[in-house]
Amino acid sequence: MALIEIRDVRKIYEMGSEEIHALDGIDLDIEEGEYLAVMGPSGSGKSTLMNLVGCLDTPTSGSYVLNEKQVNGMSDEELAEIRNREIGFVFQTFNLLSRTSALANVELPLIYRGLPKKERREKARAALERVGLGDRVDHQPNELSGGQRQRVAVARALVNDPSILLADEPTGNLDTTTSEEIMGLFGELHRAGNTVILVTHEPEIAENARRRVLLRDGKIVEDSITRDGTG
Amino acid sequence: MIFRENFRIAAGALRANKMRSILTTLGIIIGVAAVIAVVSIVQGLQYMITSQLEGVGTTFVIIQPKQQFGGTVATSRPVELTWADGQAIQRQVRNVEMITPQIFGQEEIKFRDRQHQTFVLGVNDDWPEVNNFAVDRGRFFSELDLDRRNKVAVIGRTVIDELRLGDEPIGKEMYVGTTPVTVIGVMEDKGRALGFDYNDMVFIPFQTALSVFGRDAGKKVELRLQVTSSQAVDQVRDDIRRLLRDRHRIPEGEENDFQILLQDEILDMYSSILGGVTAVVGAIVSVALLVGGIGIMNIMLVSVTERTREIGIRKSVGARRQDILVQFLIEAIALSLVGGVIGIGLGYGVGAVAVELIPGDLPPAHVPLWAVILAFGFCTVVGVAFGIYPASKAARLDPIDALRYE
Repeated sequence: MALIEIRDVRKIYEMGSEEIHALDGIDLDIEEGEYLAVMGPSGSGKSTLMNLVGCLDTPTSGSYVLNEKQVNGMSDEELAEIRNREIGFVFQTFNLLSRTSALANVELPLIYRGLPKKERREKARAALERVGLGDRVDHQPNELSGGQRQRVAVARALVNDPSILLADEPTGNLDTTTSEEIMGLFGELHRAGNTVILVTHEPEIAENARRRVLLRDGKIVEDSITRDGTG
Repeated sequence: MIFRENFRIAAGALRANKMRSILTTLGIIIGVAAVIAVVSIVQGLQYMITSQLEGVGTTFVIIQPKQQFGGTVATSRPVELTWADGQAIQRQVRNVEMITPQIFGQEEIKFRDRQHQTFVLGVNDDWPEVNNFAVDRGRFFSELDLDRRNKVAVIGRTVIDELRLGDEPIGKEMYVGTTPVTVIGVMEDKGRALGFDYNDMVFIPFQTALSVFGRDAGKKVELRLQVTSSQAVDQVRDDIRRLLRDRHRIPEGEENDFQILLQDEILDMYSSILGGVTAVVGAIVSVALLVGGIGIMNIMLVSVTERTREIGIRKSVGARRQDILVQFLIEAIALSLVGGVIGIGLGYGVGAVAVELIPGDLPPAHVPLWAVILAFGFCTVVGVAFGIYPASKAARLDPIDALRYE
């Protein structure tokens, strides 16, 4: 059984009298340990798909099974728990809490998981070391460079050992060198066994992934293997 | 539940906006400060009144002409209460141990080039014993002084200072109005109460006072007496009522033109006044707390909007609705409690200053524990009541919209 099974998922928004089919019958299976890039022009529905996969939103119809759990039909409460345990988000704008140390930012998912302070500290520190920021744990986001901030965000995404790492334009706010660094980090995490889903509109970034899914007008128009599984 | 973390978050958020937090809680600060100040003052007053009335004992009785508040020097109304009534009581009512008339008024007193406005009381020789207010130096006037209408005076300590009577005031001649009197005694120190200085008084014989204040002053006399035993108080009151109704020719069914106050009635009277003060202040305070609560709600709504993105981030990493709700609720309560703590401190200060104006032998301004607990309880209630709406607004935010919020 695949890690992610999406069957005929539709998402319809109503804008006044008009219905917008943001997702129009998506079928997608993602296996554990895959490195996948979701591509498409803006308005293609890739953000909507990412929100659904990330359990921030639920489909209008269709079925979404994540790690053998039926996600559609879950309550807000249950979705929050799925996000906490199964999903690690990395955003384009980093989305770190300001005036809060790197360590405390990384601790955040563990707080909502209800771990005791000592365990949280240890796990958060280990995650920061894994992304190469072991010496920056007490720095606040405004004391870090863009690349370092995104590393903190990756550490936060990793800290709960989620089933999938979900990165939405993770290099959108970074220069080329730093982008390569971050993509190198994702490659490393993939080789270590993590499932990585990348949402991007940049073909060079998507090239890092092993599999490429192209969306247009809410439909998958291409699903191809771009490289062999070495990452 | 992750309460400890929420307190840390709340403390951080309040610290990040110190000035805003303080201004927001101003309503709470004022409300709580008012409660604490009033409680500590009322406690002080109650202590003072109780101890003074206990000093005169349960056998202390005051008879006043009706609707006479404070002193009346002269009146054009018909005779209401005279020393003749007092003498009749002394002769005809059983178990009256001693009785004194009392008339008083503001008069200017003079000694050499010094002048001073003071309270002048016209009383008889039993006054100190009836009122449990003793002479410290020299002597009070005697029956002989009264009979001979001697121009003598017994003074309080403040008068010595004001008129610069020096270390040996006794024997010196001063003026009460235009009447020369010789100082024969100094009263013991009774301190201040309610802004009234019990040492700023001059006692002169009743008959002498009548010539100072004018004859009409004798028509509205207050009578103060001691009953031989507390068991006899009711009998004495009934007998006096009968006697005075008879003397004043009050027909059956008509009201008394005098009132008889017993010690416990005087206590009740003061208690009801203090209770009224407390109730009025309580009403003002509840308005202040309401305004304070609205202030908190307002600033919490601002805070929720400002931190929309933070809420989105928290939700994306697994915060449930109730986590966000509790976080903002605790922040609102913390805001309110900070106001409460500052308010208690401020109220204690105000109370301490106010108590300074009440007699010296009072215990220092005392804020009872129940008032502190009550204040904290109120603050928590206000925090919850006015924090719940902003907090639930935060909790209901859609994570996607919240993350997109700029």
